[in-house]
Amino acid sequence: MTADPILKLEHVTKTFGGIQALDDVSFEIAEGEIFGIIGPNGSGKTTIVNCVTGFIKLTSGAIYFRGQRISGKPAHKIADMGVTRTFQIMRPYFSLSAYKNLVIPLFSPRAKRTGGWRGGGKLGDRNTVSIDILEEIGFERDSFVPYKMASTLPTGYLKRLELARCLALKPEVIICDEIFSGLSPSEIASMVPLIERLKMDGITLIMIEHRLRELFQVADRVMVLNFGRKLMEGSAAEAMANPEVREAYFGSREVEEVMSHA
Amino acid sequence: MADVEQRRRERIDRGIKVRTEGIYALMSSRELAYLLVPRLILIVGLLLFPLVIPSLYWQRVISIVCIYALLALSFDFLAHYVGLVSLGGAFFVGIGGYIAAFLNTTWGIPFILTIPIATIVGAAICTLCLLPCLPLRGVYFAIVSLMYPLFASRLIEALDILGGTDGIMGVASFPNRWVEQYTLIGLLLLFLFGIRRLVNMDIGLVLRGVKDNDQAIRASGINITHYKAAAVFIAASMGCLGGACLVHIYMWSGLSQFALDFSIIPIAATVIGGAGTLVGPVLGCLILVPVSELLRDFGTLRIVFYSLILVLVIVFRSEGLMVYGQRKYHQFERWTSL
Repeated sequence: MTADPILKLEHVTKTFGGIQALDDVSFEIAEGEIFGIIGPNGSGKTTIVNCVTGFIKLTSGAIYFRGQRISGKPAHKIADMGVTRTFQIMRPYFSLSAYKNLVIPLFSPRAKRTGGWRGGGKLGDRNTVSIDILEEIGFERDSFVPYKMASTLPTGYLKRLELARCLALKPEVIICDEIFSGLSPSEIASMVPLIERLKMDGITLIMIEHRLRELFQVADRVMVLNFGRKLMEGSAAEAMANPEVREAYFGSREVEEVMSHA
Repeated sequence: MADVEQRRRERIDRGIKVRTEGIYALMSSRELAYLLVPRLILIVGLLLFPLVIPSLYWQRVISIVCIYALLALSFDFLAHYVGLVSLGGAFFVGIGGYIAAFLNTTWGIPFILTIPIATIVGAAICTLCLLPCLPLRGVYFAIVSLMYPLFASRLIEALDILGGTDGIMGVASFPNRWVEQYTLIGLLLLFLFGIRRLVNMDIGLVLRGVKDNDQAIRASGINITHYKAAAVFIAASMGCLGGACLVHIYMWSGLSQFALDFSIIPIAATVIGGAGTLVGPVLGCLILVPVSELLRDFGTLRIVFYSLILVLVIVFRSEGLMVYGQRKYHQFERWTSL
């Protein structure tokens, strides 16, 4: 772990009524790494995303981005600092075409300052920048796809559009909430190089995933959550070897069965 | 007979419609006319109204139509481009009206100044009042915004300020009917085309995004409250402008400025004219307000006929006249054999 983590969670706790969604979760993420967060349904993965990006307030604890406290700030301020997110349930602007979808984030103060992904300071014509970003993310420039209504786009493109919305801000951190879910294996295979390219661009990625095999392919480190508590943190191999993790995922009886078959 | 069964009617978008989603690529003067004629009919038609209508009574109706049209435009803009269903039309009219009346009677400021001041100051007051409600959406915003006109009129009544129940009398009128009517028609056209331009600009996309999906706007680092407030300011300025003109027409400002007619009729006009088209609500007012005047002879039965018209439109043309008209205009139908 380097001395200066880009993102640091300290004793983050979140309760919804009587339900303990997150229970004293602490971890640090180094700049430029791909950090996976896994866990069974209801283990608090999306709650972490919502807490970090300011969509919900913490019950206690603190979150720091580059040493600056971001917990308690409103969502748009946190996004403005460069911590962006995608949504698990894709939320494009359905009544607008794909490239007009990107004009909206390009209208934000941060995009104006940074010029968008790959932008060098000054933001050019929003429509042009938007098509450029879409092309890099896998929308064929010379096809109709960037001009199609978001409501008519297939899931694979909508997932990319979610990422593109983050990239329009020239983010430092992208938190991907189940970016692989609902995609076919071949679509995932085409997403993996994209994720790796974002990493090469120096973007820190946090990936919340159910698809463990694909996640372990790209993630540098993973953290396992269960019932809002951190089970372990380490490499993918360590996570797979951990008996507690196996139990959380498969239940104790099934683990024995799997082991006996092996 | 067999032949007929083998054919079906198909609807096809006209080429120009396909090409003009976003950019205009005109191929001929015919296509130019295709785009310009409907707009010219609206502009020239509105400008001709004061000239062709002889009776004094109906000339006054033109001004009232324009005021309602401004309100309907403001409702349509807020509801269908920002996602705020506002029943605060009466509040906008009342605030604008009382400011104009107060400035005119207290300091003798002429209408040429009271109207712009009432528009801007009134819109600022309305925006400040609605600011706490901006996180609300849909019907909840509607309920709270309906409270404001009721609240304001009770406040004036109870505290006996601004003329109390008598209202403010002796407001200067427009110099003559031409100034009155053409001011209103000009402002209506200005706002109509201005708002249409606005919603298609990049900032308009952000506003539409707020309606579609405010979470994604927040995740994009954009403060939704700023944009909602700006939209409310624009909408309120139209209402306040209407109210300010109204007091100069009636030469009086009273509690009836806060009457719910100003909140409800614009919605009815939007339903009839076609929601989300901006020009539809204007058309709706052009139909509804004169009809409502015609029905005055029936006394209280007026509301029955009025409701009947609304019900018929909702049942048979629920999309609204303008949505229907635009679709027919942009498509042609033909029989094709299968």
